[in-house]
Amino acid sequence: MIEQLKFDFPGHPSPVQPARGNACIGVVNSGNLEVLIESAALGGRCEVDVKTSANGFKSTWAAVLEDFFARNRFADIKISINDYGATPAIVSLRLDQAAAEIMEKEMR
Amino acid sequence: MNLAEWRTRESFYEATARRRITGVLDQNSFQEILGPADRITSPHLEELGFPVSFDDGVVIGSGLLNGNNVMIAAQESGFMGGSVGEVHGAKMTGLLQSALATKTTAVLLLLDTGGVRLHEANAGLVAISEIQRAAFRLREAGIPILVLIGGNNGCYGGMGIFARCCDHVIMSEEGRLSLAGPEVIETAGGVEEFDSRDRALVWRTMGGKHRFLLGEADRLVIDDIRAFRAAAIELMQKPEPLTLESMLQEHRRLAERLEAYGDCKDALEIWKRMGIPGSDSIPIMDNEAFHAAIKPYVASKETQEKKCHER
Repeated sequence: MIEQLKFDFPGHPSPVQPARGNACIGVVNSGNLEVLIESAALGGRCEVDVKTSANGFKSTWAAVLEDFFARNRFADIKISINDYGATPAIVSLRLDQAAAEIMEKEMR
Repeated sequence: MNLAEWRTRESFYEATARRRITGVLDQNSFQEILGPADRITSPHLEELGFPVSFDDGVVIGSGLLNGNNVMIAAQESGFMGGSVGEVHGAKMTGLLQSALATKTTAVLLLLDTGGVRLHEANAGLVAISEIQRAAFRLREAGIPILVLIGGNNGCYGGMGIFARCCDHVIMSEEGRLSLAGPEVIETAGGVEEFDSRDRALVWRTMGGKHRFLLGEADRLVIDDIRAFRAAAIELMQKPEPLTLESMLQEHRRLAERLEAYGDCKDALEIWKRMGIPGSDSIPIMDNEAFHAAIKPYVASKETQEKKCHER
């Protein structure tokens, strides 16, 4: 079954300004995931919704996401993930790709 | 092709659905419809406990092709084998209906699919028949539908039938087009009938070169997004007539083909019978060499049709 996880992070005090409203990276394929990143009015906070086929890894998700927000100056950002059993390294990579993509004005 | 050209090639096969679209269309012209942020996902997969995708595995929208308004869809091969579920199919049907309503120059469908998403059973089957219905309405209005096949799933099942209901098929050598896939044939007919792990057999039976030789693909291009774009530009204003006469003509062509090659056990025999010298080496020829080798021996689809018409 699919496990649903929700995370909440305090936004960065001096955040970057995304170049567009949203970006989507990755494909829901075995060992892979898709990351949808959107600008959202969240009072400066950041939210992450995860739907994953691999159950019981909440603490791993929390660690990967904490790292992500530590290396990116984001606020008012919502991230939604459909995961099909990706490893933490792949998750980090896709998150970084999504973060880079939303800073681009046009879809490559 | 020189080294500099090789270096600037961008593989259609390797690209994601979104990248294929932005690469085929004029730069920065793509406007997505029902994108990931709209979250129109499959209710069936969720019910079954499968992961869903925000776009249900198909990217649709409008854009410009050499300055002309077109509608475009691309199936994402990585998600559930590019299969057509209820939402996935409805997005494609809606796109075709919208193309009819707005009278676009053409519709481009970048198919990369095994056909119906079996998890969604009847809903997926109905979805494909709806796509087909919408396509015929579009053809009746003279708006050409171009199918581009060059991904790793090929184009199989109901979508294989559908592809041949459209005006034009553009393929790369890497692309495959057929009804039943290799594994399905092997399961039903046994490994003696078709060995699905024999890649050379699979490609010479279902791959782009053979489809082009049989007149089922109109263009055979190299695996480069720009090559697909160039072929699409060339064909986007050339609708194929869909009339009783054109149907009869096609049936005559198929009857003639069956008579000529019906007893062949392998594509190699067909190529030999076509009289192409060195036909055994067709699978290893690059695109340029292939076209040069077959040109004197294979009538183009246009001249074949003319020949049938005169008869």
